[in-house]
Amino acid sequence: MGTHEVAADHHTSTGLDNTKLAMWGFLGSECLFFGSLISTYLLYRNRVLSGPTPHEIYDIPYTSVSSFVLLMSSLTMVLALAAIQRGDHRGLRVWLLATAFLGMTFIGGQIYEFTTFVEEGLKLQTSTFGSSFFVLTGFHGAHVTVGILMLLMLVGMSLAGRLDPVSEGSRKVELIGLYWHFVDIVWIVIFMIVYLVPTN
Amino acid sequence: MAMAGTVARRGLFARPTAKTGVWGWMTTVDHKKIGILYGVTAFVFFLIGGLEAIFIRLQLAGPNGKILDAELYNQFFTMHGLTMIFLVVMPMGVALMNFMIPLMIGARDVAFPRLNAFSYWVFLLGGLFLYSSFFLGGAPDGGWFGYAPLSTTLETQGMTFYSLGLQILGIASLAGAVNFIVTIVNMRAPGMTMMRLPVFIWMSLVTSFLLLFAMPVIAVALFQLMFDRVFDANFFRLSAGGDPILWQHLFWLFGHPEVYIMILPAMGIVSDVLPTFARKPLFGYAALVFAGIAIGVMGWGVWAHHMFAVGLGPVANSAFALSTMFIAVPTGVKIFNWLGTLWGGDIRFKPPLLFALGFVSMFIIGGLSGVTHAIVPSDAQQTDTYYIVAHFHYVLFGGAIFGLFAGLYYWWPKFFGRMLGDGIGKLHFWLMFIGFNLTFGPMHILGLQGQPRRTYTYPEGMGWDVWNFVETIGAFVIGLSALTFLVNVVASRRRGQEAGADPWDGRTLEWSISSPPPEHNFDEIPVVRDRDDFWHRKYRENVPAGEPAPVIAGGAGDHGHIHLPSPSYFPLLAAIGIPIAAYGVVLIGREVGGGPIVIAAGLLLTLLSVFGWAIEPGTEE
Repeated sequence: MGTHEVAADHHTSTGLDNTKLAMWGFLGSECLFFGSLISTYLLYRNRVLSGPTPHEIYDIPYTSVSSFVLLMSSLTMVLALAAIQRGDHRGLRVWLLATAFLGMTFIGGQIYEFTTFVEEGLKLQTSTFGSSFFVLTGFHGAHVTVGILMLLMLVGMSLAGRLDPVSEGSRKVELIGLYWHFVDIVWIVIFMIVYLVPTN
Repeated sequence: MAMAGTVARRGLFARPTAKTGVWGWMTTVDHKKIGILYGVTAFVFFLIGGLEAIFIRLQLAGPNGKILDAELYNQFFTMHGLTMIFLVVMPMGVALMNFMIPLMIGARDVAFPRLNAFSYWVFLLGGLFLYSSFFLGGAPDGGWFGYAPLSTTLETQGMTFYSLGLQILGIASLAGAVNFIVTIVNMRAPGMTMMRLPVFIWMSLVTSFLLLFAMPVIAVALFQLMFDRVFDANFFRLSAGGDPILWQHLFWLFGHPEVYIMILPAMGIVSDVLPTFARKPLFGYAALVFAGIAIGVMGWGVWAHHMFAVGLGPVANSAFALSTMFIAVPTGVKIFNWLGTLWGGDIRFKPPLLFALGFVSMFIIGGLSGVTHAIVPSDAQQTDTYYIVAHFHYVLFGGAIFGLFAGLYYWWPKFFGRMLGDGIGKLHFWLMFIGFNLTFGPMHILGLQGQPRRTYTYPEGMGWDVWNFVETIGAFVIGLSALTFLVNVVASRRRGQEAGADPWDGRTLEWSISSPPPEHNFDEIPVVRDRDDFWHRKYRENVPAGEPAPVIAGGAGDHGHIHLPSPSYFPLLAAIGIPIAAYGVVLIGREVGGGPIVIAAGLLLTLLSVFGWAIEPGTEE
């Protein structure tokens, strides 16, 4: 997590912050995680032996809106970082909460989408398409949820004065921001590959 | 040490202060103590995994063995493989990395000491979780490779434990990999450039990158297996269009880098042991380092040679045959580096060198039999025979385990301040060397004669009896060698010779400080001017004239200004939540109810602990 673990008298060899380097490493690992899930989906999207096919069930306009909502949360995340870099804690909390709210809207939309799909006859157990779709998008949703929790934690830390001084606060917000933007970018890839690329 | 006597209450509850005793170990964030915890745990699992192997060999000592029935045999060979790979070779490498990386790069700890403790606890609990399956309806029995759809359809619950247990161990590996990468890249002492790093550190870095990218792939495969088994998903269900080959691709895309994850640390150890005992610089340092990186990169392009018998088609088979032969090139470069290091050296045959030589010689045999697998028609004959078992034991036992023992003998005096016995160490080596070759050498012959792997018994009259009996004797000799090592350890604890800071006339930074090292490692962070810096300082090569003779650091210097990371409860608490959640999934799989509540409880514990961890400062003022 976002705490600086090293005694302050130790400068890093590369000049890069330790936690930021660790986050980049972790996100590199996550690329392979989502890469494997997306590959599985690509393998199975055309193999529907029972139940609805992808394009019988996707509601592209609906998902486009929720994708737009998630995309906007990256903007508010940037504004949050800009606020803490100015030392503006109130602005930080407003934009963090806005980001979390947009994230929760996205998750709410996903829950609604999943519910609709189940009603229309697509479950985890229905077909290989169902399994690979729900596990891929479900893991993405779990990542967004973890991100929301971290955003709310930053709000709490700001209230408790644990994001001082400005350099330390900026570092923590930027770290969570890296994660948040990554999860957004993964969704852009999922949206294009899963929803927009036509199946046969 | 500013925290002594003051209990700060800035976190959720008071910071632990114990430095010794059970609580001292459970809350420690000191990389040296965590390294020892890793090592002891891995050695206990080594004994357990070895006992499983003894049972397997007893069963196969003669035709129609009756020691184990088929079900128990399946559990034993599966658990033997899982144990030796995930609970012995990997964590023993991590134990040495944990202890040695900060000492060898001139740092006071790893980059994230609490994450380091978290890795250890997750690893320990993951291992216990996996072994608890023996008492909860049967251990994993579908092989360490867990091929679907066998693994998804086995009625016993073992493979559910497999999918969850390896997942837990993967979390530990991932956290450790991130930690070591940041430590090596970012916490080097002034002047310790990348091309001055000891080779063990380089190989640890390559290993960590392999872990970083391989673990998520197996994580996805294991999640798919879990969803198929517990939640009736269709990833590998043939009737729903599921594709078992998907499992094989994902598994081996992880599984082949995993092979290098196990062997590269041992290669690094040997590359540091040989120069010390040949009293010569390493021959071709840059070539050795780049060969290690090349292995790490090329290791991603060879996975389908595990699948030559699947029928991927001639193009895919040929491509993977070629890439597999190519990866022998950097491996061969390393072999010549080691031979060149020994050539003309002033060689001292101490136990670490013996084990290192055992590594080089046995790894050559294993490497050569590996090249024979690259030839597709030949591999088609070898697949699923004991020839394969012979091959991977020559690289993983003859290679990794001998290399790890070389590291244990080499650094033991640094760990504990006392030497391991020389004579009994040599006895240990020769017992293990002879026992190893007795056990696994004949498997080449039996494999070519057609004895299949993973089969719990064989009939009379196949012509396999003699070599199988010899192998069983060999297994007991290996068991004896492990006991010899235990005796050596106990004798060393009781009346071992005091090691002093530098018992081997070493070359690298860890020998410049006292044995065992002080808690803060270095009184003054060293300034590095050369590869093998300590050697040059000792013998005053390349030291500018007029500079004072270097002082060996360590001991009772004034270090009041050093702020070490403080102990913490949270890594352990966060780790405990994870197996709890995994048991919840097991409950769902058994349809006994309560599963979701247990999962939620486990995740909540981890979440709260991570929260407490995040608001707790790394170092108490």
